[in-house]
Amino acid sequence: MEIEPLLINFVKIFIVTQVLMVGVAFMTWVERRVSAIIQFRLGPNRVGPMGLLQPIADGIKFILKEETLPAGSHKTLFMLAPVIAFVTALCAFAVVPFGPVVEIFGRTVNLVILDLDGGMLFALAFASLGVYGIVCAGWASRSKYALMGGLRASAQMVSYELALGLAAVGVFLVNGTLRPTEIVAAQAGWFWNWNAFSGFQLLGFILFLVAGYAETNRLPFDLPEAETELVAGYHTEYSSMKFSMFMMAEYFAMMTMSSLAVTLYLGGFQPGFPTGDLSGWALWGLQIGAFVAKVGFFMFLFVWVRWTLPRFRYDQLMDLGWKRLFPLALANLVVTALLVAFDVIKG
Amino acid sequence: MIGLETVGFVFLATLALASATVVVFHKSPIISALALAFNLVAIAGFYLLLNAQFLALLQVIVYAGAIMVLILFVIMLLSIQSEGGLHRSGRIHSVLAPLIALGCAVALGVAVFRGSADGRFAVSSADFGTVRSIGTDLFTTFFYAFEAISLLLIVAMIGAVLLAKRRL
Amino acid sequence: MEPQWILVLSAVLFTMGAFGVLWNRGAITILMCVEIMLNSANLTFITFARQFDQAEGQIYAFFVMTLAAAEAAVGLAIVIALFRLRESTDVDELNLLKW
Repeated sequence: MEIEPLLINFVKIFIVTQVLMVGVAFMTWVERRVSAIIQFRLGPNRVGPMGLLQPIADGIKFILKEETLPAGSHKTLFMLAPVIAFVTALCAFAVVPFGPVVEIFGRTVNLVILDLDGGMLFALAFASLGVYGIVCAGWASRSKYALMGGLRASAQMVSYELALGLAAVGVFLVNGTLRPTEIVAAQAGWFWNWNAFSGFQLLGFILFLVAGYAETNRLPFDLPEAETELVAGYHTEYSSMKFSMFMMAEYFAMMTMSSLAVTLYLGGFQPGFPTGDLSGWALWGLQIGAFVAKVGFFMFLFVWVRWTLPRFRYDQLMDLGWKRLFPLALANLVVTALLVAFDVIKG
Repeated sequence: MIGLETVGFVFLATLALASATVVVFHKSPIISALALAFNLVAIAGFYLLLNAQFLALLQVIVYAGAIMVLILFVIMLLSIQSEGGLHRSGRIHSVLAPLIALGCAVALGVAVFRGSADGRFAVSSADFGTVRSIGTDLFTTFFYAFEAISLLLIVAMIGAVLLAKRRL
Repeated sequence: MEPQWILVLSAVLFTMGAFGVLWNRGAITILMCVEIMLNSANLTFITFARQFDQAEGQIYAFFVMTLAAAEAAVGLAIVIALFRLRESTDVDELNLLKW
């Protein structure tokens, strides 16, 4: 058992997890400020400079709140549900390449935690497993709002997984691989080399994004947790830290979806222009910065769309998923397959 | 020196057997369903141990992520509280069922111990279990089976929708 | 780790699944025990595929997985239809064709 690769992996995992957690905390602040600006008011700006310490205040509040456990609920599942949601949302990020192969202290490190051969399948698998957190929460709470919210959320997530997966298959056809590092490597050069443009995957990109919004239960697809509809849906009975774990799980899922969309369609960590003679940390810093900027933009887009669009009614939501997105994704797949077969795209 | 593989095998085997026991014996169908999901993830772990990466991921996506969610959905929709108790022909059943299961175990045990007494794992080639190798086989050697099963899936989809509809 | 260990494990799982099908009364639990049996068969396929370093066993397991998905969908649709008729999923209540 070699210790060194194991240690490098541990350090990578630790750094990525910490950065993601800080990102989640930052996102709560971003969400509240951006929503405030959209609604023509100020957001939280008292705690710390520009309100940047607000997430810490929120965290303290969450820790000090009373933990409720509804009578008659299934205690083990009730406590396990937010953990499942949290862990599956976080694990899906393991296959995302957030940087190229760098050299730190003389060791070559590939800036991806798991460079699997079927990497994108891994991400889809954990997106599928995320449903269990919601199902367990809905059922274990033993309350009718929670159960309805849980059922609706799980049906919605399963339905949109189809469109998500099929849209991604277009990219696999174009690049001929499921490995995220190879998909990113195939999109090097100018930004029109990205899959969304010269890979003819623009429709696939839009489908993936829309399905990603539905997978993460964000507006306009957030009926399962909408306050005006189902009290709070599947997390009605949750309070304090368990509730905050659901919120963090949602933000992790948003980050994972954004990262996947960026990796598949917008070139991952490629900066979008040929970097010529740049090498070493100048190049690598640029690439990591490009990745962070792109993912940051998509997170901002999540917040922007949330506070702009009204939400879909449940039957409209299912109608959209099955009768419009799924056939569109199939059509995208057929057209992409034809284009690859006739060498229009170098597949 | 106990290798990492053996530790993994023992761990996963315990998980698989424990969750299978819960599935068979627990009264509440939801706990059984969640235990089955656990079992399926444990089996996916076995596939990973055997280097079959693509199938491990497929197992999680298809079995644990879709089929089990469907079963959970149906259980919650029909609000089934418990499916327990002995069959109506209880006394005959409680003797016959273990006997048949025992017969099954004996038959399988004979097959396993007679057939594979000195089988060893071959050194796996670099592309065992990769997407490429399975995809190549699927679309060349097993092409007709592939098309047939896609037809079967369409038929199953139509059948499921028709059977579950309230009014045709 | 030797192939025999995994084969014994899958034989045990198959037996448990078979016992579950015979012992249980609820249609959905029976379906779940059938899934256990199918999974143990898949495990055997993949063990042998790994033992002889072939891809065929994995392809058979792939087909079994797809079949299990189709079968679960149709089986659950039948359970729903029967539930509407009998208000319960007890298989002992499905006695309308008795002579």
